[in-house]
This record gives sequence, structure tokens and C-alpha cells, in this order.
Amino acid sequence: MIHAEGLRKRYGAKDALAGIDLSVPEGTVCGLLGPNGAGKTTAVRILTTLLRPDSGHAEVAGLDVVRDAERLRFMVGLAGQHAAVDELLTGRRNLEMFGRLYHLPKATARRRADELLERFDLADAANRPVKTYSGGMRRRLDVAASLIVSPPVLFMDEPTTGLDPRSRLGLWELLRDLVGEGTTLLLTTQYLDEADRLADQIVVLDHGRVAAAGSPAELKQRIGGDRVQVVFRESADVPKGLDLVRRAIDSHGSATGQVPADGRRVAGVDGRQVTVAVEHGAQSLIHIAGALDAAMIPVEDLSLRRPTLDEVFLHLTAT
Amino acid sequence: MAVLHVPAPPKTLGERLRWTISDSLTIARRTYSRLRAQPLEIIAFLVFPVIMTVLFGYVFGSAITLPGGGDYRSYLMPGIFMQVMAMTATAAATAVGEDMERGIIDRFRAQPIARSAVLIGRSVADLSMHLLSLASMVAAALLLAGWRAHGTFGQTAAAFGLLALFGFAMIWVGTYIGLFVKSGTQADAATFGWLFPMTFLANTFVPTEGLPAWLKPIADWNPMSATVAATRQLFGNPTSHSSAWPLQHPITASVLWSVAILVIFVPLAVHRYRSASR
Repeated sequence: MIHAEGLRKRYGAKDALAGIDLSVPEGTVCGLLGPNGAGKTTAVRILTTLLRPDSGHAEVAGLDVVRDAERLRFMVGLAGQHAAVDELLTGRRNLEMFGRLYHLPKATARRRADELLERFDLADAANRPVKTYSGGMRRRLDVAASLIVSPPVLFMDEPTTGLDPRSRLGLWELLRDLVGEGTTLLLTTQYLDEADRLADQIVVLDHGRVAAAGSPAELKQRIGGDRVQVVFRESADVPKGLDLVRRAIDSHGSATGQVPADGRRVAGVDGRQVTVAVEHGAQSLIHIAGALDAAMIPVEDLSLRRPTLDEVFLHLTAT
Repeated sequence: MAVLHVPAPPKTLGERLRWTISDSLTIARRTYSRLRAQPLEIIAFLVFPVIMTVLFGYVFGSAITLPGGGDYRSYLMPGIFMQVMAMTATAAATAVGEDMERGIIDRFRAQPIARSAVLIGRSVADLSMHLLSLASMVAAALLLAGWRAHGTFGQTAAAFGLLALFGFAMIWVGTYIGLFVKSGTQADAATFGWLFPMTFLANTFVPTEGLPAWLKPIADWNPMSATVAATRQLFGNPTSHSSAWPLQHPITASVLWSVAILVIFVPLAVHRYRSASR
């Protein structure tokens, strides 16, 4: 449904995109993951006809993003980083206006606005100016505005940035429903967690290049799974504790095979805090807790967490 | 949800023209809806010109005498009519800058909208609002400053036509600038800073004859001077003399200037709109 080859875009001397390939099958979700400046937004802007690539070509819904730009605009919805709606107008007026700009007849635009307001749980606020909306409501209205012509392909640029956790969960649910109905979704995010929960395929961008691509499970395998983090009470205990942690993982064979025993498995030692990469998170946590308890080493904190985007990056771009 | 019939892009020139008109109207309607949502803004729009008229008319009018005679207040009014029309650039730049900042321009660009419609719709709606502002100023000039138009109906209409044309041209200058900035505040700074002084560097408030030799040509060739001189002539108000060509033929010069500005800035702005990226 989305197919790109060798997309390149240059701003001055800097490559915003240094030639990326993408392929997103119909009805699936692709997560573009990367820090600010990785080229995520540039990629989305090219695929939604807002920007022309310097070289390479891309097709969305079978239409070339440059040659067939005008027809393509009926086929894609875009929700950018800002809630791009008019603050002074009511939610209903916004949707009617965007509907009219898709050249829907007046009555159809009105009916469509009502349907979307209902579906996105904004019917009660329909006649209030958008400036009175909460962040989550604005975002929902923004998504609604990008769905007016029920486009088969939806692009979302950092859809949950700045949302509170509850609104974020609500939006995730909504996006899953849309994909369930057959929409193809490409979203950009800075959060591994978000890509993990929504995407069938994750593409990690770094300095305008694809640093890694694959299903969430494949990527996690490469990153080395979850992290166990131990904070020792005494800094004097760190060397001994580290040794115990390492052996606890090794003896139960839960460490990732590809990581050398002395090397990158220890993701970091920072004062009294030790972080190690493990494959079977919960199981490893139990083994580590057991070993430290048996040795009677006092521990202040012991936790299991997902790798952060920083760690993914350090790992994927280290070689 | 019911099945939606999605229209197809226009194929013929006529269809394309119809799209441009209907899209422009939708965009223009947005400007009016926004204004309706801000009743205070409307009041400011109507009251500010009145304050300007009284302020300039009485503060300057009580101290300045016109070289060569004539009522200074009557001399001044066409000047501040033009000033209101010139400042439309700042308003347009600020509004476009805000839309850029909020990503609304991006949303419009991602939709199948006729490519010039967003800017045409806005500029026409903006002009109608500013003409309302001008009407309020004219009323104040008539009632409070003793200003009169002495020409025929046709001449008076032509004078307002020149003011409207000049305002429309300045809206496009502001629109173009607005498409470059990242926020409404920046747009304000990027226009007001040179535009406001420029309205003084003309025959708006004082005749250009008294200016230093190096400043006089700038003021004489300022497009604003031509429009002010032309309206003074058409209204039959006191006017000042200058040997510079634009002020010898102010009506022609005013039309030429405004048309030239439009010919340059409309294509520039439409091109910039199509390739705008932040």
C-alpha cells in the first residue's frame, strides 16, 4: 500500500533523508521510530505530497506521490505534529469546512461531520470552540479531520506527543479500530513502547537512514530484550553484586547468546546502579533476586524495564 | 457509516475554475466565522480607525499648517486612509503565520484544494474586513474631523477603488511574508518594523518638498505617496506639489504600483504556498 525506494531529501548540506526504502502492506501498521532530526517527518511529508523528494520514488495506494499528487490527496489522511484545526471555530464547523474542501456537497459534509463527532466521542462538545477542548479532544478532532473521506491510508506524525496517559491509551484503541477496518497506517514516534504496541513493522531511522527494520519481536531480539536494573545500597557491593547478577543470568541460560559475557550485556554501571540486558525478563529478574538474596547483598531497588530509545539507538548504531 | 461518494479531481479548465471559486469561498467563510467568534475583535476593528482619526486629526491638525495654505485636517485624512490600507499587510502576515505555526497550512496542502484558493479566499475576505474598517474611518472623518469629498461621485468612487486596490496589493505582500515565518509573532515583527516607518516616509502626513534632498526621492517614489496624492486629487482635498513623476501623475502611478505589486507577489505567494515547508 505504501512503497518507497531510495527516497532522498537534502536541506542545504544536510541529508534529511539519505535514501530510504519502505514497504507497508495493506491493512498493516508501520512505525517509523527515531529521535528528532532522524528524518521521520520528512518521510511523512514526502509520502503525503507536501514535499518533493530530490530523488527516489514512492507510491501510495498505487499512485505516484509526485506525478499523481492531486488524486493521491483524496486517498491519504494526515495528522501532523500539531492539532491542525482552527481554534476559534467549533469542532463541527472545523469538520464541515474540511469536508467542503474535499468537495463534498454541503449536506454530505454536515452528515459526515456529525458521524465523526459521534464516533470520536466529541458530540457533546461539537458546538464549542476548539480552544475550550482538552489536548486529547483536540487530537481526536484532528484525527477525525484526517478521516473525512475515509482514506485507505493514514499518516500520523507523532500522534501521542504531549498527550496525557489516558488520552494516549484512548488514541491507541482508536487507531487499532481503524486498522481493524482495513486502514493502512504509518505513524512516527519517539517511543519504542508506542511502536511496539501498535506496529506490525518497525523501521528505525537514524540521520536519514534506515538503521534497522523488522517486526517488534525481531528488533527486540537484536537489541537484547529487556533490561534488569539493580540499585545496590552500598557502592562497595557493586563488583561482587555485578558478578552475581552475571552468573545468575548465565547459569539459567537466559542471557542472549550473541552478547559476549563480559561485554555489552552489561548495558551500564552508573554509581550504585547496574543495568543488564536479559532475554526472558521476568524469569531473569527472579533468578537475580534469588542470587542477591542468597548472598545477602542489600538492594535498594530492583526492576525490569523495556530498553529505552537511547539504548536501542546506541545498540543499533554502534556497529 | 454510510458509503461516501468521494469526488474526483477536476479534468477540464472549467471544472478547475469552479473548484477554485468554491474552495476560495469556503476559505473566505472561515475568516468570517473566526471573526464572529471574536466579537471584541470586531469592535476593535471598527473603533481603532475612529481613534486614529481623532488622534491624528486633532493632535497633528492643531499644530501643523500646510505650506501654501489649505486645511491640514482635510489634507491629512487621505493619508491615514492609505495608512490603514497599508497595514493590511501586517494583519495578513500574522494570520498566515499563525496558520503555518499550527500546521493548518499543511492540512490544507494535504487536501485536494485548488492550489491558489487558500490564498485567494483569505485575501478577498481580508480585504472586505479592512474596507469595513476604512468605512468606519471615513465616517469618523466626516463626523469628527470635518473632512469632505468635493469631487463627483465617480471621482470619489475611484478614490476608494484606488485605496481598495492598494490594500489588496499589500495583503498579498503580507501573505507572502507570512508563508516564510514560523509564528504569528514573527510575522508581526517581519512586517510592522519596516511597514509602519514607510507609511511616514511619504506624503502621508507632510508634503515631501520639505524633506532633505536624499530623503525626498524615496518619499516621492514610495508607492504609498502615489496613492495618497491620487486620492487627494480625486477627493478634491488640499494637495502638495512635487516635480517627481509619480506625484505629477498620481492616479496612473497608483494603479501601476498596485498592479506591479500584485503581479510580483501573487505568483510568489502561490508558489511559496505550494512548496511551503517548515
